[in-house]
Amino acid sequence: MEFLVVQFLTGLASAASLFLAASGLSIIFGVTRIVNFAHGAFYMLGAYVAVTLTEWWDGPLGFWGGVLVAAIAVAVLGALTEVSLLRRIYRAPELFQLLATFGLTLMMQDIVLLVWGPVDLIGPRAPGFKGAVQILGQQVPSYELFLIVLGPAVLAVLWLLFHRTRWGVLVRAATQDRDMVAALGVNQKWLFTSVFALGIFLAALGGALQLPREAASHNMDLRIIVEVFVVVVIGGLGSVTGAFLAAVIVSELNAFGILILPKISLVLVFIVMAAVLVVRPWGLLGRKEAAPRQVLGATIHPWRPLSQPQRLALAAVLALAACLPFVSGNYLLTVGSEILIFILFAQSLQLLMTVGGLASFGHAAYFGLGSYGAALAAKSLGLPMGIALLAGPVLALAGAFIFGWFSVRLAGVYFAMLTLAFAQIAWSIAFQWVDVTGGDNGILGVWPAALVGTPARFYWFAFVVTVAGVFCLRALTFSPFGYALRAARDSELRAEAIGIDRRRVQLTAFMIAGSFAGIAGALFAYLKGSVFPETLAIPYSVDALVMVLLGGVETVSGAVVGAIVYKALAIWLMSETEMSKLVLGAVIVAIVVLSPKGIVGYLSDIARRTPWLAAWSNKA
Amino acid sequence: MKLAVSNLEARYGPAQILFDVSFTVGDGEVVALLGRNGAGKSTTLRSIIGLVADRSGGIEFQGEDISKLRTHEIARRGLGWVPEDRRIFTELTVLENLEVGRQPPRAGAPTWTADKLFALFPNLAEMRQRLGDRMSGGEQQMLTIARTLMGNPALVLLDEPSEGLAPKIVEQMAAAILAMKREGLALVISEQNLRFARLISDRAVIIEKGRVRYAGTMAELAANPEIRDAYLAV
Amino acid sequence: MAAALEVQGIAKSYGGVAAVRGVSFAVQPGEIVALIGPNGAGKSTCFNMIMGQIPVDDGVIRIFGQPTTGLPPRAVWRRGVGRTFQITATFSSMTVAENVQVALLSHRRQLSTCYKFAGAMARDEAERLLDLLGLKAQAGRACGELAYGDLKRLELAVALANDPKLLLLDEPTAGMAPKERVDLMALTTRIARDRTIGVFFTEHDMDVVFEHSDRVMVLDRGALIASGPPQAVRTDPKVRAVYLGEGFDDAGGREGDER
Repeated sequence: MEFLVVQFLTGLASAASLFLAASGLSIIFGVTRIVNFAHGAFYMLGAYVAVTLTEWWDGPLGFWGGVLVAAIAVAVLGALTEVSLLRRIYRAPELFQLLATFGLTLMMQDIVLLVWGPVDLIGPRAPGFKGAVQILGQQVPSYELFLIVLGPAVLAVLWLLFHRTRWGVLVRAATQDRDMVAALGVNQKWLFTSVFALGIFLAALGGALQLPREAASHNMDLRIIVEVFVVVVIGGLGSVTGAFLAAVIVSELNAFGILILPKISLVLVFIVMAAVLVVRPWGLLGRKEAAPRQVLGATIHPWRPLSQPQRLALAAVLALAACLPFVSGNYLLTVGSEILIFILFAQSLQLLMTVGGLASFGHAAYFGLGSYGAALAAKSLGLPMGIALLAGPVLALAGAFIFGWFSVRLAGVYFAMLTLAFAQIAWSIAFQWVDVTGGDNGILGVWPAALVGTPARFYWFAFVVTVAGVFCLRALTFSPFGYALRAARDSELRAEAIGIDRRRVQLTAFMIAGSFAGIAGALFAYLKGSVFPETLAIPYSVDALVMVLLGGVETVSGAVVGAIVYKALAIWLMSETEMSKLVLGAVIVAIVVLSPKGIVGYLSDIARRTPWLAAWSNKA
Repeated sequence: MKLAVSNLEARYGPAQILFDVSFTVGDGEVVALLGRNGAGKSTTLRSIIGLVADRSGGIEFQGEDISKLRTHEIARRGLGWVPEDRRIFTELTVLENLEVGRQPPRAGAPTWTADKLFALFPNLAEMRQRLGDRMSGGEQQMLTIARTLMGNPALVLLDEPSEGLAPKIVEQMAAAILAMKREGLALVISEQNLRFARLISDRAVIIEKGRVRYAGTMAELAANPEIRDAYLAV
Repeated sequence: MAAALEVQGIAKSYGGVAAVRGVSFAVQPGEIVALIGPNGAGKSTCFNMIMGQIPVDDGVIRIFGQPTTGLPPRAVWRRGVGRTFQITATFSSMTVAENVQVALLSHRRQLSTCYKFAGAMARDEAERLLDLLGLKAQAGRACGELAYGDLKRLELAVALANDPKLLLLDEPTAGMAPKERVDLMALTTRIARDRTIGVFFTEHDMDVVFEHSDRVMVLDRGALIASGPPQAVRTDPKVRAVYLGEGFDDAGGREGDER
């Protein structure tokens, strides 16, 4: 009993920082309609800056002053970010906003590495809260009690801010009706900037206040952002009270999950999140969101199958690619195989994203499930490669069915956050369920059959599978099912009015995309000879997103080009610079701001404007 | 001259809603914008306040070209807009709604305070702390007007103030609008209810299918039942 | 023969405010019925309830004698109901012909086919429909490039794809140039008479309403206040009161609560 009480208090204490970060995200979304992926990065930055400041300044004032000044400094940085970057993309599709802020996250990771080095930094203890308090015979650190009080206190301060100041009243009004606020003479520009700064302040404060509990580390950003997404999905985007409620629920679930399901504690959070979504799709205290401003992937230039000359050109390129093993060494062939696998992975996401208009931020889940399916079949069940390769997509299909069933009930940013959270849950299962998955050590020794045992043969094998896969996905796009999927994306209203069941069509697409990602994942396991939880993690999901984006979100298979360019660039950057994330992040931000149509989209535009090219590509 | 609209055109996507709309409003004058629903009255008002992105033509307010300005800049020059669908902030109290509309007093326009507005709309005075979604339609309509007046505008665009209100409330509304006019406020009021329009306005502009079909004094219009029946009746 | 559409006492409130209160009427096959009324009278709510976009609080809707109350739009559509929207809802990433083809393929229950090339399916029938609406020359164009009048025609072509026996048209001519309006409604009535389709539509353009409808119904504050041949409705004092606000002068005045 006593132990349970202490566990409960620990949960409450953990809720404080989570609430700070989540409320910040929620406030920013309420007014600007941007889901700020970089929120976790600002949280991490808050912690690191506070470590430095509290080291510089001594004494009790040093700690508290350091924490506060760190949060303010990071908030100023946030305001600068808003003015210089976000203002340019307020009207862009939601996916672009998420991606641009993810690009910021990547850049920040390398900057933190550059400034503070790779080692985790242990922060100071909080002056005045160094001891422990006896509660029911158990020792509870007094800092935990401080945090338990802090959460509701911040909630109260925020309430006062929003209800007792003119600024707060304007923010609440703008959250409800931005046009009306403008028509009453309020300049939204500065309202947005100040709201963003406040949100970032809260995130940075949350990060800084975690210091006495945990060291500042490089994975703080992604860890907190996933939890924050779960919190806002449960609590409802835009609701501060909802964020508080959900932060408490999630933290308590984490605290007790370890007792109930020590192996897979995160599953508990998943079950609760799923239950909330079924009953209240917009979260406990959330409001139904209007349809996304701009549908993803909806080009105004209708897609056409390849023309005869284009097919000939494609055949020539494919023939050249098939000849690679005759001219290159093993290293290049392995790189080539990896690129091929990522082509299939990216193309599977393209089906979901551009044909279906559903931007999944967790597509790696199905790639990773494919890898684990194949590896487990091969190693645990001892099945031959042919069957193990099928087991991958089957497991991915099952996962896509379960996660997809929930995800297609939502749209826009909710869909993105939900798919990300699901992928993270898949990751945590792979990570925590050591008995089956080997946890962090992964599964080793997944070697291909002798038939495809050399780099050249494996390359050819991957080549055939990928070409066939991309062909299938393209054919699907132009099939009646593909049209139904596009119809549901273009206009749900019209689609339902001509007998199309949107949810069923989108769930089917989700499962198909998941299965093809699973095939890619299974191949990947055999290419690497091993599987690790990383294959399910956020960076892989974002890789796929960036490949589609780079290729062109309005194209049928720009992802193929996107995957080649991105993967080659990433491999090259890794070998050339230590700061590959900084460059990659900057590239993502630059694409979103400067060339949101991507490489293939850009080239198609040129082709349409060039008479002889247009004639060439229209030839039957 | 308070407001001069010339050759105004407006589109929503591919649909053109307004064609070559021109009219003027003098100092302290009340102009009724008449027409059936769907005629383009609301779009005219929304274009003037800058909420229709795809618009062209001249809009001059107190001698200044405002046709290229953004909505909040237009509002800050003393042009108020009261939308038709009573877009009050439902999660804010009456006082908070008024606070959102507050702007400093300006020369050449009547100055309003919360107390003065509560005198104008006595119903609101009794519910200062009430949330917007707890108010009846008539009370919400009064609050949208009061909220705009808090900005001390020189001219107010009123979109269908009598729509959906009970007769008794409509009469209160007419009295309030006449009081606003007495303060020296110029008004453009879009309206379907001819009787209501006659009570409060000096001149009438009739819009049908996005074009101005008639402009003249209210008295002339009253003497011409055939115009009325052609453009306003069923 | 059962009525194409029969509505009995449908009602809907939002947060305690009645938007539609007990509306009943019927539309016979081949009959063209207009629903008019001031803003906020409940016309759109009526429409959306009939199509199944929003559930009714009370009442029954029958289409050719079969109750459809509570069915989603896609099921109502399968019963032979085509509809157009006030703000056109088309598939903007497809060509004009493809928009119609999707509807035709859905009607034939072929949309779950995963391997055939859809562009070549139902092509002839799509072209026949486009020809009927004078859009044949536009068949290969991107839907997003169309002029608004053509978009409205396309909507009608899509609405006709399931060979409907009842058409629900929500402001079919809104946003069109005056000449186009007359042409489109003339075409619609001709098609409806040829195929004995019942047509139920709302419209703000009174020329269109009085020229093309067999019967006009007037909705005010969620209730029908008049129904009959166009001329009778036109001279009905209650209707004049709603449209001109003259009711305050007369004894009796307007009934209805403050909303």
